Amino acid sequence: MPEPPHRRRAHARSSDLERYAGLFAARTQVMRSSAMRDLMAVTARPEVISLAGGLPDTSTFPPQTFAAQMTRIAQESAAEALQYGPTEGFRETVDCIIEVMGAEGMLPDPEDVIVTTGGQQAIDLLCKTLVDPGDAVICEAPTYPGAIPVFCSYEAETIQVECDVDGMRIDRLEEVLERLDGEGRRPKFVYSVPTFQNPAGVTMSLERRRRLVELARSRELLVVEDNPYGLLRFGGEALPPLYQLDGGDFVIYIGTFSKILSPGIRLGWAVAPPPVMDKVVLGKQAADLCTSTLTQYFVREYFRDGNWREYVESLAEIYRSRRDAMVDALSRYFPSQATWTEPNGGLFIWATLPSYIDTGDLLAKALREDVAFVPGQAAYVDGSGRNSMRLNFSAGNEDEIREGIRRIGKVIGEQVELYGALTNSASSSAPAQAKESDMDSPGLPRPGVAETKRDGGDVLPFRKAGGA
Amino acid sequence: MKVAVLKGGRSLERSVSLRSGARVEDALGRLGHTVLPLEADGDLVKRLVSERPDVAFVAMHGMGGEDGTAQELLEILGVPFTGPGVAACVRCIDKVLAKHELRAAGIPTPDWFAFNETAFRELGAGDALAGLEERLGFPLVVKPSRGGSALGVKFAESPSDVPGALVSAFSYDDRVLLERFVEGRELAVSVLGGEPLPVVEATPHSGHSYDFEARYEIGRTSFVCPAQLGEADSSAVTEAALGAYETLGCSGFSRVDLILGEEGPQVLEVNAIPGLTDTSLLPQAAEAAGMSFEQLVEKILDLALAPASA
Repeated sequence: MPEPPHRRRAHARSSDLERYAGLFAARTQVMRSSAMRDLMAVTARPEVISLAGGLPDTSTFPPQTFAAQMTRIAQESAAEALQYGPTEGFRETVDCIIEVMGAEGMLPDPEDVIVTTGGQQAIDLLCKTLVDPGDAVICEAPTYPGAIPVFCSYEAETIQVECDVDGMRIDRLEEVLERLDGEGRRPKFVYSVPTFQNPAGVTMSLERRRRLVELARSRELLVVEDNPYGLLRFGGEALPPLYQLDGGDFVIYIGTFSKILSPGIRLGWAVAPPPVMDKVVLGKQAADLCTSTLTQYFVREYFRDGNWREYVESLAEIYRSRRDAMVDALSRYFPSQATWTEPNGGLFIWATLPSYIDTGDLLAKALREDVAFVPGQAAYVDGSGRNSMRLNFSAGNEDEIREGIRRIGKVIGEQVELYGALTNSASSSAPAQAKESDMDSPGLPRPGVAETKRDGGDVLPFRKAGGA
Repeated sequence: MKVAVLKGGRSLERSVSLRSGARVEDALGRLGHTVLPLEADGDLVKRLVSERPDVAFVAMHGMGGEDGTAQELLEILGVPFTGPGVAACVRCIDKVLAKHELRAAGIPTPDWFAFNETAFRELGAGDALAGLEERLGFPLVVKPSRGGSALGVKFAESPSDVPGALVSAFSYDDRVLLERFVEGRELAVSVLGGEPLPVVEATPHSGHSYDFEARYEIGRTSFVCPAQLGEADSSAVTEAALGAYETLGCSGFSRVDLILGEEGPQVLEVNAIPGLTDTSLLPQAAEAAGMSFEQLVEKILDLALAPASA
């Protein structure tokens, strides 16, 4: 038997990195990774209640189902499941995808679908295919924090368009498009998470969806619809995806099994018109040849049972109860100056605090209380959003959520009180619940009407949705 | 030699510490030492007692590792350790205390006023702010007294920025200082065993100042070492740095951060255990002095084991 190779510590390769600094591509200088990454490293401590992640609750997936399916794969198709697969993905996987999209009223041509390594790779491949350095890409403000590093690594100029409780403000989008027109530029695409948005939890209204799709048609503008959460609905009426409204001419669709089955299997997909798809396939070939065959086999087996929708519905029920617990705790423990969204699905609530609170610094204080969240700044390219935070309600149970919110509320309350003492203002950190009457009033902003900014800060026009 | 590398801990600079520690472990391995990586957690003392290292390399930053806590434990256990002793760590981690000591010793440091939270909450210190702001002028710098890596450091451009900046700084510590902003070049002098290494100048590519992000990301900040300084400036900077190092009782190694403004160098703070990551300044300064990282690590160990190291 040959000696096993001497094991090198994984970090050995990272040593003396500065010697390589001169070799780095210029784009690495615009790759963002933030100070928050360092703070987030502290959130991994086991005693920390983390409302920071975006993790679906995989603990409810029956282990015996998992075991049975993997056993079946091992017994019936081990050789194939361990082999490379086609770059576009297996046709059987695409059939599962069409079933999932069908559940939301979409009927794509199987030829237009590519299976990707998570939805994240779909974002990356689309940028790789469409974006040259300096190109404009438009997204929501706030946007999915994980999209920002992708846009940055392709050196896009990322332009963010304000969101309110009805999603991206299309009037503002038009202003941006006009401005770009004036500069003789066209954005490469508009990236949107229209349903139960990450991070804001808001959903684009039907009227805005129609306007966005019309705008895309009339301007021949590509829209990238990222829809990981659409099926995780526990309230309100389902709205048609942009892809369905458009029919797939100008809307490129990104989907994923991460939130309806498992993020660990790294299976997502993109649906794009054939000319775009051809390039995406080339990009995928260069990136990783094909998506994991083994996990595609797993999905195929899993869908064979036909119970996938039941599982998604059971997740939605769990998340509804957790959302309720979080909203209840927010009104109990957050000061009256705070506002938050009340999503009808998805995984996140977005809370906005008085403008003088920097949630990056607040996180340091919160970590001393063993609780974590994502500071709002992570969802902006320009450093704004400093007084907001993303709160996840899918990963922890109701008790953890209540306790986590209580701890965050406590540190916010201390900051509000301190600010009051510093400015001699009558700032009260009284919990919001003390102002029951405000809560019950129909305080929703009318779509398209700008909210007054308080204190000149970066206050998003989100309001308590008053039981929406 | 069996060398324990203490790293991690619960401080906000945990991940910086892990990077410093990993790099030191590599170097120690290449130097032929037996490396004992030790996460600073609940088992630390137990492992130090059972493993009995010859010396401990303290690669911890921030509270818990750089504030004298770990050093005190090592003293009690009789394990020699790298870097400054307990008293120096206590002085360096607390910027207010350090500034008082520096000023008393005649070492230039920007004017400041310090407050704890009680002063604002219970004694109405908010009423004194206007007067202080007038004396310090704008912009002014608000920082937590303890903590490192520019976490919680804010620039206030006008009086209306001050309360928010104070709220931020109080997120990290219950004592904060308002400091006069000194315009000038950002310099760092690493001191190794009482000898100054070449001066490093830091120039962030963007943004207001040398912030936390720029500090730890390759390519975000330009460093020049040795900094281009005239002879007079160079000796004034070195003198101030050595003065600060000695005044605060440092030993082994430390890094002194200064601003070179119109009125000469002003010491901002002394880092008892400066970072040893790939983008850290002490290793760069050592390299400019012709020392490899391995040689630097070996020298730091020698200093820790030297009798009555000063």
